[in-house]
Amino acid sequence: MAGVRARSVFTIAVTIAIALMLTIYPLPDWAQPYRPQWPLMVLAYWSMALPLRVGVFAGWVTGLLTDVITGALLGHHALGYALAIYVVLAVHRRLRLYPWWQQAAAVGGVLGLERLVSFLVIGATTGEAPTWQYWLSPLVGTLLWPWAFVILRDVRRKFRVR
Amino acid sequence: MFEQGPSTTARALLAVILSIVLLGVDQRMNHLEGVRAALATVTSPLVYLASTPARIIDSVSETFSSRNQLEEQNRALKEENRKLRGRMLLFLAMEEENIRLRGQLGASLKLGDRVSLAEIASVDLDPYHQQVAINRGSMTGVFPGQAVVDANAVMGQVTHVSPFTATVLLITDSRHSLPVRVLRNGLRTIALGTGQIDRLELPYVLPNADIRVGDLLVTSGLGGHFPSDYPVAQVVAVSTSQSGLFGSIIAKPLANLDRAREVMLVWSMDAGMDPAQPEPEPDTAPVQAESPADTGES
Repeated sequence: MAGVRARSVFTIAVTIAIALMLTIYPLPDWAQPYRPQWPLMVLAYWSMALPLRVGVFAGWVTGLLTDVITGALLGHHALGYALAIYVVLAVHRRLRLYPWWQQAAAVGGVLGLERLVSFLVIGATTGEAPTWQYWLSPLVGTLLWPWAFVILRDVRRKFRVR
Repeated sequence: MFEQGPSTTARALLAVILSIVLLGVDQRMNHLEGVRAALATVTSPLVYLASTPARIIDSVSETFSSRNQLEEQNRALKEENRKLRGRMLLFLAMEEENIRLRGQLGASLKLGDRVSLAEIASVDLDPYHQQVAINRGSMTGVFPGQAVVDANAVMGQVTHVSPFTATVLLITDSRHSLPVRVLRNGLRTIALGTGQIDRLELPYVLPNADIRVGDLLVTSGLGGHFPSDYPVAQVVAVSTSQSGLFGSIIAKPLANLDRAREVMLVWSMDAGMDPAQPEPEPDTAPVQAESPADTGES
């Protein structure tokens, strides 16, 4: 049914839009490195729950939007998101069955992978290496994952996203 | 949704290749401005929404600031206004004289610059670059490469433009370099960003060059992007003890790069500048400098 599809795509788009806003939401300077990769966390949830709706392409486009909204080079986040979602798709059945802590650890690995790709892109394009605080972000994302998961699952059920 | 079509692996491979191509092209500037602007029409409402709470807090604190504070501020502003008016009188007379003298020399006329105010949107961009978002875009005539200044000095230049927002690369970003001139003796060189908000480097100065701590650096206008003679930075350290051909000189930007809320966009009217740049629309209220322009040749 077309209505279900439109409603699902719309709901998913809204959650991604909120994640993009959180990406640029002003934080005090000391809190900057702790900002988790919100768009990737949201994408990871949807591609785990609905792998036929949200795949590599959705990840790539969201990455491009992240590049534009943060003023990064085009392709910077797109590359990492596409690869990370590829990994999530490959293991999405196992991810669904994991207990919550194991799932958080696995998603943490995916977040870390995106961070590593982004690290390589920064190195290749500017010739500089970010400080160690750069790696705090996937850690915070891992710790927040159980809550993000519960919230997004409730969103999925409430709006019957399929 | 995509039951048919290429496999996930093929799609991931395609995404990787596309991303790398985009990165390669985008690093060489300007070819992807159209793509970026199109995507930015999707994201600029998000930028607006994300900066809304900070805007509301600002306006609330303004509404509730006490009468005393307002009177105090009013007094200070009046005083400043008086001083500035006094200096402006002198400035106008000198500008008049300058144009006359240049006319006699047959030199190109410097017609002054138009400026338009913009506000820095309170959003955090990519923390590994020194850049800010402003709330003006191509609808008000902002163009890539445009100079951005604050009340004190040069801040940076516009890099990306979408209809209602623009991104400004600060002069301290490690990708930025700015042609400057030492005001005291006209020595020309280039100021490179270092990635630190309070530090510029002048690597291409010979160790025996006449440059001292306290020297004021102004834009030389040589790059073509920046109008000439805007203040940039002050030299804070000169070390000639370095081995090698060049000394190491550090300068501190004069603009409030980390605290400024309002910035000015400059449309240069210099004769040598790119004539194709868009003019600001009349209703964006250029605040300054219709200098006595039409004195004949240019």
